[in-house]
Amino acid sequence: MKLTITTAQALLKNKNQLFLAAILLSLTLLTPCFSLAQQPAAQAQKDSEIIAIVGAKIVPVTGPVIESGSILIKNGRIADLGPNISIPAGAKVIEAKGLTAYPGMIDSYSWLGLEEISGVRATVDNRETGRINPQVKAIEALRYDSMHIPIARANGIVAAVVAPSGGLISGQSTLVKLDGWTNREMVIKESLAMIIELPAIRRSRGGFSGFRGQQPQVTTEKTLDELRQVFKKARMYEKRREAARKNILLPLPEFDEASHFLLPVVKGELPVIFSVHADKDILQTIKFVQEEKIKAIFYGVEQGFKVAKEIKEAGIPCLMGSLYSLPPVWEDGYDALFLNPVILNQAGVKIAFSSSSASAAKDLPYQAAKAAAFGLKPEEALKAVTIYPAEIFGVDKLLGSLEPGKTANIVLADGDLLELGTKIQKVFIDGKEVSLENRYTELLKKFEQREANK
Amino acid sequence: MTRKLKKTGLIISLSFLILFLLSATWLLAGGDLLIKNATILTVTGGVITNGDVLVVNGLIKQIGQNLAAPAGVRIIEANGRYLMPGIIDTHTHIALSGTNEGTDAVTPEVTMAEVVNADDTSIFTALSGGVTMVHTMHGSANVIGGTNVVLKLKWGKPSEQLIVKEAYPTLKFALGENVKQSSGTLLPGRPQRYPATRMGANALIRSELLQARDYMAAWDRYEELKKSKNPPANLLPPRKDLRLETLADLLRGKLVARCHGYVATEMLEFLNLSKEFGFKIGAFEHAWEAYKITNELKAAGVGISVFIDSWAYKMEAAEGIAYNAAYCTKKGLLVSINSDSGERIRRLFNEAGKAVKYGLTRDEALKLITINAAKQLGVDRLVGSIEVGKQADLALFSQHPMSAYTRCEMTIIEGEVYFDREALIKERAAASTKKGDLS
Repeated sequence: MKLTITTAQALLKNKNQLFLAAILLSLTLLTPCFSLAQQPAAQAQKDSEIIAIVGAKIVPVTGPVIESGSILIKNGRIADLGPNISIPAGAKVIEAKGLTAYPGMIDSYSWLGLEEISGVRATVDNRETGRINPQVKAIEALRYDSMHIPIARANGIVAAVVAPSGGLISGQSTLVKLDGWTNREMVIKESLAMIIELPAIRRSRGGFSGFRGQQPQVTTEKTLDELRQVFKKARMYEKRREAARKNILLPLPEFDEASHFLLPVVKGELPVIFSVHADKDILQTIKFVQEEKIKAIFYGVEQGFKVAKEIKEAGIPCLMGSLYSLPPVWEDGYDALFLNPVILNQAGVKIAFSSSSASAAKDLPYQAAKAAAFGLKPEEALKAVTIYPAEIFGVDKLLGSLEPGKTANIVLADGDLLELGTKIQKVFIDGKEVSLENRYTELLKKFEQREANK
Repeated sequence: MTRKLKKTGLIISLSFLILFLLSATWLLAGGDLLIKNATILTVTGGVITNGDVLVVNGLIKQIGQNLAAPAGVRIIEANGRYLMPGIIDTHTHIALSGTNEGTDAVTPEVTMAEVVNADDTSIFTALSGGVTMVHTMHGSANVIGGTNVVLKLKWGKPSEQLIVKEAYPTLKFALGENVKQSSGTLLPGRPQRYPATRMGANALIRSELLQARDYMAAWDRYEELKKSKNPPANLLPPRKDLRLETLADLLRGKLVARCHGYVATEMLEFLNLSKEFGFKIGAFEHAWEAYKITNELKAAGVGISVFIDSWAYKMEAAEGIAYNAAYCTKKGLLVSINSDSGERIRRLFNEAGKAVKYGLTRDEALKLITINAAKQLGVDRLVGSIEVGKQADLALFSQHPMSAYTRCEMTIIEGEVYFDREALIKERAAASTKKGDLS
């Protein structure tokens, strides 16, 4: 910051560069908001060290609850766990009596690292301009020292999907762990899925949000037709490139950005997260996905409960949008969004919850609990923030539960993981204890001093 | 003949009187109910397990165990579920057909009570989350907004029956980013409205209040001259100015200021203005940096109405910490949690529940949306706790309302049921069978 000021002063000498100086100054003014930027939290630790979490209640999620047991961590993995584990000599023992061990939670859709202060454009990186942007990658803009990441971590969230949004094809989402010195250090899956956003539900007059003036005129049917054309073009593009590769006399087709970056999608290698909402739109999208032979995940699915059977038959998992919204259709009932995951889960659809946010990413556990309040079994609610997202994103061999061999992403809580009053005591990511300090705790500490000195 | 006429007249007038009395009681009285076997969270008097609450004419008549229902009184079996006072939201904009008169920076003459919209579906949404009373306010588009109104969420009743006349009359002030219009892009050719800075906002309030002082003085001089022995022949009253009239009411102590403020400096400076002019501040709204100035707020006796953790949506909310409500409570401030939203309002109990993570007990957290809110609105002698004599504004929850796993089952205002989840589900089932028959 000091350096920036000096540069600005130097620039001020040259009157022509006043404008630049003004920009630099305004940047300097913005700096304090990130001055508490979080240091990656892993504490220095030898890889070979064995950590033993002892005397905890263990909720493995995929197996029965162990009332009192131990977990051994070695080389970043869970080496063993159970009620009667012998602790090797020299292990670092963490006494966890009275605490419950859970696998760390996975946020299945967030803007963590892409949005700091939603109202300050300079800090927002999740929405590219234009409609078709398969070339943009969330990982390449991800701010590893976002102030929201340590806060989410302190609520027991250890991994998150970070998704671009806006337009029709929003870009490539990424799956990251919530610890690392750089964006690249955080990567679990660099390119997780393409984000495609289909039209929202038209809100009718007299609905929950009343009359909203202009409504989107584009239908999902038309949008899917457009996508068919875009995908067809990508396939043709690939054919022509393939032909040119085989025959040196054929010219290479002119570079087509959208086609180029959609290739993994049309080949069925990269899944698509479809943001889709109304029941009829969901049915159309199922048909589209089957015809185009695409690996699909649905997101939002506010009226999924009306077509739960069809979603189940299509075998498409569903990521819930934030339950912190009103049902788009009044007639669906005030509790439609709360019942939606319950009905989908009962129909056998694999569901996962999401924060759909950066600043409220920490609320992921409460999203799950909200559905539990309306009938989702608490065990299922827990799975929908741990093992289910891990399965949906194909990382269940490593994440989502406490089992020997899996990555040691462990949360020690003083109560039920999804409960509002529960305090998270310790979090381990890749077997390393991470700091739970964050912007909240730091500012509190700072001003507690002021009040104490009075 | 005359006697007979007199008799008829007497009968007629008597029957009118009886009719009048009957209708009067109907107008005044709320419902009768007996709620049995509830875990009663009284808020001010601890927890009563397996308790009953008897409501007569909309008021809490008796709290105890094994109470008997008078004949014909509806019995609600709580089966151990949690009964709490109706939730009070100290800062919303629901049930209004207008929020911001933002064309001018100063509009104290506008009145929210005149634009109450009893048909707003947000009322039902709020009821589904146990909310029974709201302080519904002018927006924060300008420095001095209008007067706000307190409503009971009597869904289905006409607007005038929603208004709570006993509540403090409040006037909305706003500071910071919204009033200096810093987030929007200025359209070409459109001038920037004054004020564009926090300096300007403060200066504007001071100038307006100085004008109001002069206005009061002008009227005082007029009254004095009018009362004098030989009033001047050409004595004319000063021109009525509704804008200054409202501000004069603030200075006279007939109105209480509710001030939207985020950063510590702007709140401290508004405190100074209140000292300079001797007006009362009901509470600071949002007050994200209150934790930085608890000593000053405590000394001034000013409470805060805040979010629990909705933050970082603008620059001035970037130092809003989720500890704010709990920490300020511990420092002795009167704190309430508000929704400021037609959606968050239905999970205000979840928002209060989060305060437990940040240091309060469940009992303390519960106060943030009940008795503390009632105190801030000046209605704590009527509502905000379950006590004999208070109005029977109640909410029934499936589990402890501060738990993440809870759900609102029933919402009652003055002994009348306005939200009943069980009945709603039965209605739904009936409706879906009907639909099936038709097709």
